[in-house]
Amino acid sequence: MQETLTMKIGRIVLYVLLLLVFCGPFWGIAATAFNKGTVQPGQLVLWPQQPTFQHFVFAWVNVKAWLYLFNSLVVVIIGTALQTTVSALAAYALARKTFRGAGIVSLAILSTMMLPDEVIAIPLYLILHARLPVLDVSLYNSYAGMILPIVGWAFSVFLLTEFMKAIPRDLEDAARVDGASELQIFRLVVLPLVKPALGTTTIFGFLMIWDQYLLPLIAVDNRSLYTIPVILRSLRVDEIMQQNIFIAFTVIATIPCIVVYLLLQRHFNRGLMSGAVKG
Amino acid sequence: MGADSRRWQWIVPWLFLAPALVVFTWFKFVPVVKGLVMSFYKIKFTGADQWVGLANFQRMLSDTALHAATAHTFIYVISSTIAGGILSFAVALLLDKPATHIKIIRTAIFFPAVTSVAVLAEIWRIIFYPAAGGVVNSILGLFGAGPYGWMSDPNQALFTVILLQIWKSVPYNMVIFIAGLAGINRELYDAADVDGAGPWSKMWHVTIPGLIPAFSVVIMLSFIRGFRVFTEVYTTTGGGPSGRTSMIMTHIFTAGFERLDYGYAAAISFVLFAFTVLLTVAHVFIKNKIARF
Repeated sequence: MQETLTMKIGRIVLYVLLLLVFCGPFWGIAATAFNKGTVQPGQLVLWPQQPTFQHFVFAWVNVKAWLYLFNSLVVVIIGTALQTTVSALAAYALARKTFRGAGIVSLAILSTMMLPDEVIAIPLYLILHARLPVLDVSLYNSYAGMILPIVGWAFSVFLLTEFMKAIPRDLEDAARVDGASELQIFRLVVLPLVKPALGTTTIFGFLMIWDQYLLPLIAVDNRSLYTIPVILRSLRVDEIMQQNIFIAFTVIATIPCIVVYLLLQRHFNRGLMSGAVKG
Repeated sequence: MGADSRRWQWIVPWLFLAPALVVFTWFKFVPVVKGLVMSFYKIKFTGADQWVGLANFQRMLSDTALHAATAHTFIYVISSTIAGGILSFAVALLLDKPATHIKIIRTAIFFPAVTSVAVLAEIWRIIFYPAAGGVVNSILGLFGAGPYGWMSDPNQALFTVILLQIWKSVPYNMVIFIAGLAGINRELYDAADVDGAGPWSKMWHVTIPGLIPAFSVVIMLSFIRGFRVFTEVYTTTGGGPSGRTSMIMTHIFTAGFERLDYGYAAAISFVLFAFTVLLTVAHVFIKNKIARF
């Protein structure tokens, strides 16, 4: 179909509009965070005048962005690592073994996809408060309390199981004949073959854990353990702060998601397409 | 491998499953059961909890604030699903091209979909600041409109929060639609050309029918995420002004964590959970029906 000049201009106008609507606000907060002069609440600048890092430095040191960023990173890195490991181990059993009870276990895990985390917030809060059996410690007000509840994630178990099912049986048998142990087969044969799927579960796990709000809100009330999402609202509600500093803080809070997305982008679409991603 | 090692083979899958079973049981299944049990009790901080039968559920029938929150949640879900669905479909059509600059635009407009909701909420509060100097109000001011109160205006707050939901979901759904478009058989378009079909006719008879699976995923995700909406609302309006943006989950949060009425909060949660299960089952049922055609 031949495109007329008006259509072409219309198309470009729409592109610009899309970028303005979906990226404009991000540009605005970044430009304002670098702007030397202070702005009124609700105002953003289009271009930083006398660009400066001073608001970032203040947000980092005096408002302790470093601490909340550290907390978020601890939760998200350990959380993603545990989530992926636990899911891969479970997926190995579900995909490569036939055993009595396999059906009921995978159905049980799959059914939690229908279970919004929000819905169990109240009982989960009481469970986090209670002392664990055997260990006799409470998870309340600890990193573990923010991490352990998200380690079990049906989406990543499900995705990895599907990928592991596709691996030819011969490869596993050959390794077994060579005397490889079960763990060696898992680590050296199966895991390398599902690397793309591991990439997908990692990026989605990272974003899902980074985005957690209600869980850290109910798992922790010690401010020095707050994660970035939780501290943001409480900074705005509880403290009077210069607008540029708050915006610089918001920019710091935005960077990790964007960086991870840009770095792992190619793993992203596959995950989106594998159906109902919970997030 | 002797007979002895074979006798222990059955334990191997369970060893691999053990960590998952522990975390799923303790942090998913136990809370579900505990939540259901709590729904029938009045939870007390000293002494034993008191069995109240169906009282918590009966209370929901006369809780007008919950009814308002439910109505808000339905408005929120349905309007953001319809508006967000149509918009993301339109954006997908516009950006369904392999050119490099289009790919860059696609990557760039995806930012709201990957940024955490708490950050998006703060951005929303900044750009929808209710004074004449606020970003959106200044832009509208150029056209002689406003200034509006947005989230501070009881009549506009819900609308402004719905806009946030759409802003976050459009880029995400766009990717699903683009993948759906890639899956449509090109020959159908050629056949339509042979039949002399115009662009609208092709849209109606080829594109939209080919995207039914994508529409189904988009609508379902939007429904499942929408009914349990919490963070989007709690971090922007907190349910205000004067309760005009309260949602089922913010109502549960207030009942549970502010009034410490755990039994009642658990009962509402359980109804919300049952509703989500019903939605999912309905989705699977409808999907199978469509697949049979």
